[in-house]
Amino acid sequence: MEFVLNFPCFSILLAMFAAIISSVLKGRGAKILNTFVVSLVGLMSLAVLIFTVRTGECYVYVMGHFPAPLGNELRFGALEAGMALFFAVIMLLSLNGGRRKIKLEIAENKEHLYYVMVNLLLSSLLALVYTNDLFTAYVFVEINTISACGLIMITEHGRCIEAAMRYMIMSLLGSGLFLIGICILYDLTGHLLMSYIHTSIEAIVEAGTYSVPLLVTIALIVVGLAIKSALFPFHAWLPDAYGYSTVSSAAMLSSLVSKGYIFLLIKLMYRVIGFPIFANSKVIDVLFVFGIAGMIMGSLSAIRENDIRRMISYSSVAQIGYIYMGFGLGTMAGMVASIFHILSHAATKSLLFVSAVGLTDVSGNHKDFEQLTGAAYRNKAAGVAFTVGALSMVGIPAFSGFVSKLLFAQAAMDQHEKMLPALIVLAVSSVLNVIYFMKTVIRIYTPVQTGYPSVRAKENKLFVVTLICFIVLNVLLGMCSQPITEWIVQGLNVFA
Amino acid sequence: MSRRREQSEYEKTFAFRFFRWLSGEKDAYIGNMEMRPQKEYEEKEETVAERMREKGKFSAEVYDKKYNRELRFFDRLYRAFSIIFCIAIVAVLIFTVSFLPEVGNEANPDNNIVSETYISRGIYDTGTVNIVTGMILAYRAFDTFGETNVLFVATCCVMILLMVDEDKIRENKESNDRGFEPKNDVILQKVAHVLAPVIFLFGIYIILNGHLSPGGGFSGGAMIGAGLTLYVAAFGFEKTERFFNERVYRIVKVTALMLYGCIVLYYFYTGANGLANLIPLGEAGRILSGGITLPINIFVGSEVACTIYAFYALFRRGGL
Repeated sequence: MEFVLNFPCFSILLAMFAAIISSVLKGRGAKILNTFVVSLVGLMSLAVLIFTVRTGECYVYVMGHFPAPLGNELRFGALEAGMALFFAVIMLLSLNGGRRKIKLEIAENKEHLYYVMVNLLLSSLLALVYTNDLFTAYVFVEINTISACGLIMITEHGRCIEAAMRYMIMSLLGSGLFLIGICILYDLTGHLLMSYIHTSIEAIVEAGTYSVPLLVTIALIVVGLAIKSALFPFHAWLPDAYGYSTVSSAAMLSSLVSKGYIFLLIKLMYRVIGFPIFANSKVIDVLFVFGIAGMIMGSLSAIRENDIRRMISYSSVAQIGYIYMGFGLGTMAGMVASIFHILSHAATKSLLFVSAVGLTDVSGNHKDFEQLTGAAYRNKAAGVAFTVGALSMVGIPAFSGFVSKLLFAQAAMDQHEKMLPALIVLAVSSVLNVIYFMKTVIRIYTPVQTGYPSVRAKENKLFVVTLICFIVLNVLLGMCSQPITEWIVQGLNVFA
Repeated sequence: MSRRREQSEYEKTFAFRFFRWLSGEKDAYIGNMEMRPQKEYEEKEETVAERMREKGKFSAEVYDKKYNRELRFFDRLYRAFSIIFCIAIVAVLIFTVSFLPEVGNEANPDNNIVSETYISRGIYDTGTVNIVTGMILAYRAFDTFGETNVLFVATCCVMILLMVDEDKIRENKESNDRGFEPKNDVILQKVAHVLAPVIFLFGIYIILNGHLSPGGGFSGGAMIGAGLTLYVAAFGFEKTERFFNERVYRIVKVTALMLYGCIVLYYFYTGANGLANLIPLGEAGRILSGGITLPINIFVGSEVACTIYAFYALFRRGGL
């Protein structure tokens, strides 16, 4: 076996080791270790990505000495490796963008605990991406939930603790439904490895027995993961959690944690239940309806909001709606569009969060729009970055958001029954996006005399470099969409 | 022939003390147990008045359901919907369960090759007499490593919430009630004196025999943690810190988790690459057998014990 194929297992365990060691380090040491580990995980994922793209195959990695169906397994192809690489890159950039805020907002004796949480979050995301075992997925969903709570409440601000509380209650409800789903699935199939469950489910569907429990299981698992990834009617926890936590946490929660659950859902659709069976169940229409409702309602809530961080958070609800609408189309093209939107939204949303903090910093830490007037002149880098993010969200060509909207529209064209609602809602949602994002951009570029001091780019080099990296990533996703969609299609073909 | 004792001599006997206690003349606690009353919390009149005013304002404007009909309506709607929703979910789940295969049927889907192999080949594959331990620590080693990390992340989260700065504890010693707990409780101390060693020994026994008899790292560790908690409750933190302080806690926890991780990493690497496992399985039934399960049980046990002690210490005084 090639040595490269060990890297997924190594990267999961490496992140866990880093978390364990960080718990006894001081804040600075933990920070350095974390940066090193995230970069190393990124490099390892890159190596796996290059290898899997070159061979175009899917690999099974047995965790232990017992081959399937006895032991745990990892399974990875091009799609998984690429996702892991992308997650590592976004995590590194989000942390660098909020580094100064982390130092300011977190008590000195608890800074190392923040990096413990970040490392465990990374390990759980990697495990969710790579695992081929349903129960392993559940265990790492738990780790993911608890560490996300830690990331929200680390600032010990009253609002954050309340938000973490809400997040925990909703998220545990989701975990519970997911666990019940796994239990019923085990009862029906007698396996926990995804590929074996899939074989049994195909037999069950062919025989026509257990059709009611199967439908309920699919519904439970989908609803559980939808609650955790903040699909529209279950998004009540989201604005507080993203709006008040420290900026790196908000960026990671919106672009990594919810995306990890969505990736797990894709895995369940393809690998556990099987895409044709999933597409034939009624659950997919429910997803479609919730998705388009989320696209509208999220944007409407964002328009009403007078707090820039909460506005960006509500925009997340709308964007998650896009992703679920893509699932709801029930076609390969819709799935490709959704996966592209996962990447594009993660890159854009973390950029928006990080640059919004740059803007509020030069407005006396006020987050309402009146105080933000003219903020782009006071912090030019953050202003440019926010504008790029906003344009990308709205869907202007050359930025990543345009490509995902184009892919969604193309996918909708093939699906005759759902074409009209999908296209109409896509158009309406884009217009709503323009209303609240352009309002913000115009507001921050309105020249006005205020007493707030301006910040030069030289004073905070790390922040500016991070923003440049984010912008480059965004433009790269927008300009080089062809190879990326090809990679997604290649990955999806060997995914199941 | 019995001799009448002097009063002073009689007062030294056990019978005298017993009858005095029985008649309620002397309280055994007085003089033996330190009970300090909690300092009364006094508030300035202005703050009280302000708070009352604010409270009145809020309840008048926001919470007064008498005049806020929308709120009252919403409240009722919310309650009705939550009840309907719960009943609906319960009904759906019960309806689903009625379609599931009957428990204990031989033809059930979960009576397949997997469980059969665990039972028939478990002792040869993992070297453990206790099938459950072999299953969770060898067959599904990755899951259990994840579970142990769940405990670790839970402790870290509690630390984020409850850990207090050492200097702050000293500063606000008067205002928090952590220093005003009953100390030197004779009954508790005597009982702990007898029970704590037994609990520790039993916990260690459960951990070391995890691969032979029911039990293992999780249950044995919980017992040791309970023993530590009992000891702290009886004798206070100062005495406990002579053998278990923050330094020891950190060393034990990090070493246990790191060694566990290393074993697991070695096991996965050799397994996936088709290399031989150099950790001997030993003769099944012996104490030194079971391959990786014995050391893993020990590490899991120390991690669980540390976690339980840390929860108690953090909740009681905001530090380890």
